[in-house]
Amino acid sequence: MKALVDIWHRVRRSRSVLVSGGVLAGIVLVALVGPLVSPHDYLQTNFDALLQRPTASGFHLFGTDDLGRDLFVRSMLGVRITILVAVVASIVSLVIGVAYGAIAGYVGGRVDAVMMRFVDTLYALPFIFFVILLMVAFERNFLLIFVAIGAINWLDMARIVRGQTLSLREREFVDAARMTGVSTRDIIRRHIAPNLIGVVIVYVTLTIPQAILVESFLSFLGLGIQEPQTSLGALVHAGVNQMEGASWMLLIPAALLASILLCFNFLGDAMRDVFDSRSSR
Amino acid sequence: MLRYALLRLLGAIPTLFLVIVLAFLMVHAAPGGPFDDERVLPAEIEENIAAAYHLDEPLHKQFIRYLSGLVHGDLGPSYRYRDHTVGELIGTAFPVSLKLGAMAMLLALVVGVAAGSFAALRRNTLLDRSVMAVAMTGISIPIFVIAPLLVLLLAVRLQWLPAGWSGNVGATKFVLPVIALALPQIAYIARLTRASMIDVLASDFVRTARAQGLGTTAVVRYHALKPALLPVLSYMGPAAAAILTGSVVVEEIFGIPGLGQFFVRGALNRDYTLVLGIVVFYAALVVLLNLVVDILYGVIDPRIRQR
Repeated sequence: MKALVDIWHRVRRSRSVLVSGGVLAGIVLVALVGPLVSPHDYLQTNFDALLQRPTASGFHLFGTDDLGRDLFVRSMLGVRITILVAVVASIVSLVIGVAYGAIAGYVGGRVDAVMMRFVDTLYALPFIFFVILLMVAFERNFLLIFVAIGAINWLDMARIVRGQTLSLREREFVDAARMTGVSTRDIIRRHIAPNLIGVVIVYVTLTIPQAILVESFLSFLGLGIQEPQTSLGALVHAGVNQMEGASWMLLIPAALLASILLCFNFLGDAMRDVFDSRSSR
Repeated sequence: MLRYALLRLLGAIPTLFLVIVLAFLMVHAAPGGPFDDERVLPAEIEENIAAAYHLDEPLHKQFIRYLSGLVHGDLGPSYRYRDHTVGELIGTAFPVSLKLGAMAMLLALVVGVAAGSFAALRRNTLLDRSVMAVAMTGISIPIFVIAPLLVLLLAVRLQWLPAGWSGNVGATKFVLPVIALALPQIAYIARLTRASMIDVLASDFVRTARAQGLGTTAVVRYHALKPALLPVLSYMGPAAAAILTGSVVVEEIFGIPGLGQFFVRGALNRDYTLVLGIVVFYAALVVLLNLVVDILYGVIDPRIRQR
């Protein structure tokens, strides 16, 4: 907990963290509240109002799509799903990466060498194609998307956690725990893992935009989130098909996706700077 | 040097094997058969189909059959394009993707290195900051957002360039796809070059060269550029993989009949053998490119070879 408070105090002073974090919080807030207060439903088609332009004061704030569905509600639904997938996938990659890295780093020696060699091997592979293969082989459901995306993003986390663990295990309190007969499992769980929280939080911020990228890539190709559900990637795809007559169908989800990704990347970069200055002090 | 190259080559074999096993198992662990969604057939015919594609054999036999086919360059028949083998489909589609990818890579290298070097030489000026801001944007925004926006602006609104592939002869049809494919890599390479160029410019041998009275251009060209490019060289492997991934989207958007488009169609049609074949092909390609980069690195930097 102290590590968390410490990080919060440092992060609060960084302007780019506040700006990008603020923009993100704003987008998420509108995505959560917007569909609740809007008179429209994301499923409700209206054939009298196909491809309506966005109007600031009008009935459809972001216009409508080629089936007459309200684009504001659909975009906000897309933001929700995109962020949900990204967060859950990041948690999956966090669990795998922390467990893998902590074990490799703590056990060390030959086990460590073999485990990290395996990670190096996986690094060389174009993982996204394996995810697509998974999507082809199994029914495309939400759970699989979460797990598949999480399962490809854990490599960085494993490396970083391993490095941190290697230095942690030489510390006196770990020696003390070992001497009093605490089992390896409990040492990792109770003494190593809590000290990793700082690094992990920083790198999760960097994992989230990668997960967003993978999800929207899949949805763009029609292999991710399926209709009538939607995500920003799927909305961009629909926009591409309509861009000659209805450019807003492309521009609005594209702008949302771009700003979310940009904010997460700035946030992650700034967090890393905060973290690095801490470790180099 | 030859020993180093051979060692690297041997190291790539387990990776390739892992790829094939993983991909094969994923496809064969799928619930149901590849022909399930067609009309219901009598049991006898279904058995015959299964036998024709060797789906009735135990898994390890199927795998050995697939592996020995691979060794002979045979990727099996396509389940959907019934008259073609997977090998034929890859053979016709890949040259198109290769041409596109090679051009994008070249463009990314030239522009990325130039922009990164200029930013490093004018560190903390307005030029540097704007190049880096643009690069950050280029890295963050995915290719399937950049490409349609380019089309909307340059093809639909301004009508300077063609938006599609078919019906357009000449080089102009390459312009937009290549730019879209190269942009994220330009951004990444510019950032890499800038960082390593700043490091190199601060090193002793550059200071010596300057002290001898060499101008900035000469210092960069004869002393700083080569060591500064080493990180860029080692990024070539991941860059190739990224361009491969990007080509899937770009070919879909521009309607280019390359391998990426076959891959997406195959995935949407559940053409198991085609998708499996292309994944194995892509993975082999990436492993091979990484190998080439590794060996090149050894050629350029003797310190690596000795390890």
